[in-house]
Amino acid sequence: MLGKIKWANIYLWFVFILLYLPIFFLIIYSFNAGDVMQGWSGFSWKHYGELFADTRIIEIVVNTFLIAILSSLLASVIGTAGALYIYNLKQPLAKNVLLSLNNVLLVSPDVIIGASFLILFTVLGFSLGFTSVLLSHIAFSIPIVVLMVLPRLQEMNQSLVASAKDLGANNWQMLSRVVLPVISPGILAGFFMAFTYSLDDFAVTFFVTGNGFSTLSVEVYSRARQGVSLEINALSAMMFIVSLLMVIAYYIISTRAAKNKKRGAQMMLAATEGL
Amino acid sequence: MMSKRKQQRQLFYLVPYGAWLLLFVIAPLVLLLFQSLTTQDGHFTLANYAIYFGSGTYLLMTFNSVWYAFLITLITLVISYPMAYLLNQLKRKQFWLLLIILPTWINLLLKTYAFIGLLSKSGTVNNFLGLWGIVPQQLLFSNWSFLLVAAYIEIPFMILPIFNSLAEIDPRLAQASRDLGANKWQTLWRVTMPLSMSGVKAGIQAVFIPSLSLFMITRLIGGNRVITLGTAIEEHFLVTQNWRLGSTIGVILIVAMVITMILTRDRGRQSSRKRG
Repeated sequence: MLGKIKWANIYLWFVFILLYLPIFFLIIYSFNAGDVMQGWSGFSWKHYGELFADTRIIEIVVNTFLIAILSSLLASVIGTAGALYIYNLKQPLAKNVLLSLNNVLLVSPDVIIGASFLILFTVLGFSLGFTSVLLSHIAFSIPIVVLMVLPRLQEMNQSLVASAKDLGANNWQMLSRVVLPVISPGILAGFFMAFTYSLDDFAVTFFVTGNGFSTLSVEVYSRARQGVSLEINALSAMMFIVSLLMVIAYYIISTRAAKNKKRGAQMMLAATEGL
Repeated sequence: MMSKRKQQRQLFYLVPYGAWLLLFVIAPLVLLLFQSLTTQDGHFTLANYAIYFGSGTYLLMTFNSVWYAFLITLITLVISYPMAYLLNQLKRKQFWLLLIILPTWINLLLKTYAFIGLLSKSGTVNNFLGLWGIVPQQLLFSNWSFLLVAAYIEIPFMILPIFNSLAEIDPRLAQASRDLGANKWQTLWRVTMPLSMSGVKAGIQAVFIPSLSLFMITRLIGGNRVITLGTAIEEHFLVTQNWRLGSTIGVILIVAMVITMILTRDRGRQSSRKRG
């Protein structure tokens, strides 16, 4: 029995190390005094210095976060409206059709989304750049917000709405005083998901970005094609810290929001659709 | 009066959401299909499909793409099932699960970039092999490196659904099975595994479809040795600018995706969702 448990632990450790090895490898080499990801030549902050002196990278980081914040905010608004619309529908058929349509962008491979959005923008005569990237990010983030908000609506106590109506609340009051407070954990979770989708996206952005505009993923791609530069390692170390902070924040939100622990896992599962 | 109010409300919700549905869900798909079925001046044609199905290169590429997606899915499944099973037996499993999820929040490009350093000719892995007197190998830009990195990236997406389906199984079932005289392996094989199939199917779906369409990893790690459907689409759209043929491959990829989803569809899932 004891032996078996030990084997299990070895396997667990093995997979965990495998998962984290490349990430820590990147971060450790960001402190390398040398210029390549091999052969340790001493500790140094110089790549962080280079990073902060690189105005192009700084600009791209700002753009990336700007796109992420704007797209997730707008996607949260539109997605919540969509969830409310679907929730209020009476016919089950219409509901199912809308839900299926909602999930199209979640299951579609990124290449398809990118290519078809590129056709769309070209047909509409839209120039590629900040706006096209922003619109695309809003578009692929909306369905996840819908999926995060909808369960909250379904759990909502119907008598709350009915009594608000009885007490003479108008549409806006009912929405802002009764419904939105109840579903706000779902909206917040959706916002977070949308934010990370946007930060993480490479493929869709790559298609619709045009020449002048770049986000972090696209920049890393083009630099990685030219070879290794430890500035990117420094950047990834900082991105790792940002991700860590976001996971912690998200964990706090989702555990506080979810009554049962299982939902935390389910919400995380939704994060996995982004590839 | 009441219903009018409700209609107003619904309209207010529908306008932004419906605009999104039309513009960004329906229109792009229609345009993609339209591109694949028309000539330069807008006439209907099946020529693009004829080119695709008439060319050995395209068919071989498609076969390769499916084959590699299958291999990636198989590798991740073999590693992930025991992992999900063992994770489920830990105390504070939610915390450990979070550690599995954390790497998925790290930008995909950065993870891929890490492997360029790890696998390069004078990189860490080769140095490590060198300790045993193995001469430096060409690790990067090979089929193996592509499989390795793709599997690395997909593993959490396989572990999660399997973990969730295992967590849903009533522990009393395993106890009952043991009470009735089954040993640990029999319980695993006859009780736990069949009950976790919905998670396995969801995992296969979550890994297989993206694996068909990966294009960045094929470039950076695979050195264009493996051309997936995704790589082919990217190349037709952004390099050779042959959008019509690119759209045709896109339609093929969508068909492949739908077939995958039908094959891995879980009939029992909807009822279990409603219960929860």
